[in-house]
Amino acid sequence: MEKLSFRLSAPKRAGGTRTQAIVGVVASGNLEVLLERASPADTCTIDIATAANGFGAVWDAVVRDFVARRSAGGLRISINDGGARPDTVALRLAQGVRKIEEPER
Amino acid sequence: MTAVTANDVSLSWYEASARQRIDALFDAGSFFEFIGPELREISPHLSIFGLPEQFDDGIVIGRGRLDGAPVLVAAQEGRFMGGAFGEVHGAKLTGLLRAARALKQDVLILFDTGGVRLQEANAGELAIAEIMRAVIEARRVGVNIVGLIGGRAGCYGGGSLIAGTCSRLVISEQGRLSVSGPEVIETNRGIEEFDSRDRALVWRTMGGKHRYLIGGADIFVDDEALAFRQAAIAALKAGRGCDVMPLEAEQARLERRLQRFGEAEDPVEIWQALGIDDPTDVPALPTGAFLRAANDRENADDAR
Repeated sequence: MEKLSFRLSAPKRAGGTRTQAIVGVVASGNLEVLLERASPADTCTIDIATAANGFGAVWDAVVRDFVARRSAGGLRISINDGGARPDTVALRLAQGVRKIEEPER
Repeated sequence: MTAVTANDVSLSWYEASARQRIDALFDAGSFFEFIGPELREISPHLSIFGLPEQFDDGIVIGRGRLDGAPVLVAAQEGRFMGGAFGEVHGAKLTGLLRAARALKQDVLILFDTGGVRLQEANAGELAIAEIMRAVIEARRVGVNIVGLIGGRAGCYGGGSLIAGTCSRLVISEQGRLSVSGPEVIETNRGIEEFDSRDRALVWRTMGGKHRYLIGGADIFVDDEALAFRQAAIAALKAGRGCDVMPLEAEQARLERRLQRFGEAEDPVEIWQALGIDDPTDVPALPTGAFLRAANDRENADDAR
């Protein structure tokens, strides 16, 4: 197990009003992403617990790309990873910010 | 009174996640989760083995409305650790069932489990016993506990024991219900006894159609979330308690069943003995034709 933490300045603030969202499942090649509104509006924090050791540089690239492209400001993101590939991680993160933007029912 | 709206999007129960199943099952927007992932009530054991945790420990519990009626729910996530019972996972279901007894509210259990989690086996086995006790205690005060089985992991091991204590079981063809799984039987008794790689054999012996035919499950549905919703509504309306007389009748039925089918080498022989015209066709029959063919099936009646 490896734990990684990132605190990144986010150009775009997350939309919507939901306080939290969760996507994905912890399984082989998959991951869960929990998003909470618990950071300053211009910051995104990402905490990762991953079963695959030694991929810090790949995580760094994926989360920096995510925060630059998507509206992630104000979010505290927590990830439990079962060894997902970088493209799966990027898709789950995108799915997560979309879900927290959804109107509340 | 406002109209009840369900999510009417077509969704395969087998493919769906625990959260997707709950969304599709309940009246739209009515679900409220207890001990959600944000509380991070994770397993205290998995990190010792260097295994990743999940924030909800693989089970989602809460309350919602089903066709307007308040219902409690637990949904297992079959893709996390095979939906297996650990300490926290089990405690969440035990607590929900004790609440059901106190509140006199019906419960749906969405099974998707291989049984007890080996990494926390003692806690998991204790949880199975506590859950079975809690199910019976809730049923004794008139609470209905309905199990829905149709997930990837099936319903095996301790999960199948809990299923046996429910008031009613709903199953799809994809759902499998058995104490020992295919690999367990093969490991213990040899490939001559059971070839776990023979998928047709697995579904023929443990799958939803066979369980329905021998009275191991009560309602057979398509692999559709909406079908599970309608079956759950119907099963909760059936409303039955838990008394010694139907249990004794069920014990007698199971003894008769063993006499009737005990010599069968394959489920097809059982289907033939049940009087089904073309027993080898059963696995290929669509739901409507299957239910007609299943007219003279074995039935657990009021015992479950």
